[in-house]
Amino acid sequence: MISTIIIVGAGQAGAQAIDTLRREGFTGRLVLIGDEPELPYQRPPLSKKYLSGEMAAERLVFRHRSFYDEHRIELKLGKAAVRLDPAARRVALADGEELAYDRLLLCLGADSRRLTCSGATLPGVHYLRTVADVGPIREGFKPQARIVIIGGGYIGLETAATCRKLGCDVTVLEMADRIMNRVVAPPVSQYFAGEHLLHGVNIVCDTRVVCLEGNGRVERVVCADGSTHAADLVVVGVGAVPTTGLAGAAGLACDNGIVVDEYCRTSDAAIYAAGDCTNHPSLRFGRRVRLESVDNAFEQAKTAALNMLDRPSVHDRVPWFWSDQFDNKLLIVGLSQDYDRQVLRGSPQSRSFSVCYLKGRELLAVEAINHSKDYMAARKLIAERTPLHLDKLADNGLGLKDAV
Amino acid sequence: MPKIVFIEPGGKRREIEATLGISLMEVARQHGVQGVVAQCGGACACATCHVYVGPAWLARLGPPEEMEEAMLETAWEPRGNSRLSCQIHITADMAGLEVTVPQQQA
Repeated sequence: MISTIIIVGAGQAGAQAIDTLRREGFTGRLVLIGDEPELPYQRPPLSKKYLSGEMAAERLVFRHRSFYDEHRIELKLGKAAVRLDPAARRVALADGEELAYDRLLLCLGADSRRLTCSGATLPGVHYLRTVADVGPIREGFKPQARIVIIGGGYIGLETAATCRKLGCDVTVLEMADRIMNRVVAPPVSQYFAGEHLLHGVNIVCDTRVVCLEGNGRVERVVCADGSTHAADLVVVGVGAVPTTGLAGAAGLACDNGIVVDEYCRTSDAAIYAAGDCTNHPSLRFGRRVRLESVDNAFEQAKTAALNMLDRPSVHDRVPWFWSDQFDNKLLIVGLSQDYDRQVLRGSPQSRSFSVCYLKGRELLAVEAINHSKDYMAARKLIAERTPLHLDKLADNGLGLKDAV
Repeated sequence: MPKIVFIEPGGKRREIEATLGISLMEVARQHGVQGVVAQCGGACACATCHVYVGPAWLARLGPPEEMEEAMLETAWEPRGNSRLSCQIHITADMAGLEVTVPQQQA
């Protein structure tokens, strides 16, 4: 008999798991533990409309408090889980409280990867992951404030676009030879670099930060080639690391994330995990992956919730991701490793195009820039492994869905 | 604040006072309206906040923009009165707006 389910982590996955558990008829004790004080909220706007001030804080939360009361969710927010004892099936909080569970779901997410160079902890150096991180960054937004962003990935570039729109002077420093090099094809990097340039963002690639300097506060960023970039504020977006401390210390298998199977089960039969913190099998792509993705958090949470209620359910999704930069929408579906052909559809000059990744005639991934149609068609074609017709694929007069 | 009516997939009628200026999707999500999944949170990237708009309201809301239209094509069972609720913004004159949530989302 499962009478108590505890969820540790109150982000996208935790919030979704609650929903599924109650909707699927779980009537027992349901506890949600989160180390941040806010009600569960969405993170994607933090680098976009919330950072710019266009979106108020109350619009970040998924559900109003009344929803949690109505569904009898015990919220333990602003409380960190510090110890997990799988043998006794107990979890301990920082304030000393101990809770017993029948099933436990870990939705611990990922933490910002930290800079370790000299000066990295100077005041004025910021990371952007939680709602609490945003306030101090916003305070630095003054017209002509010099903002240096370390890392040209999603977070760095979305932040750059937002800061630039607010009139700040923005420089992005990227170690690789092009922005977003780990997630998109060269033509897409080039397109977005052009968009940033057009809006006045200074992007510097092939540059390695060696230290941050300043007298009591960050004043400049120093690169390996000796160049320096004056900074009133620094935002670091150099990737994320899965939050596995609690699980690892409890003896659960961890390897670049908490290791789970397709049912979202960890190495302990009573403990499940979902979201950015998991290393999980992708059935579609036949290998283990760790994803930083809203969709993945959402879907794994649903799967975990069903399995916790002994309703066998398998996580089998084609991952997808999105990014908003200036007035451009980048939509990515699938995983682009192991391809043998890249096909550009449409032209970047038209501001609406896509890049398809294929292995033989099988579509593996698509990056769609301001092109929802190709993106939505790709979701289906990738999931169903539909063989494509290569000549039709290259015909820009045809939609991707007609390239079969 | 205008009262909006949501018909959930099970047929349950939910009458909700909507905050002005936010989207119809956000109203549904804040109050836990069943079936409005809204994965992307309003970025017009997922078509999981699809609703059917009552016939009297369709014209009053105005036509969807191109991006929404493209998304709707791939929604679950799109109809002539399909909209993405994240693209509808609540205004004072929307009292009585009625939308039906489909049985499934994309």
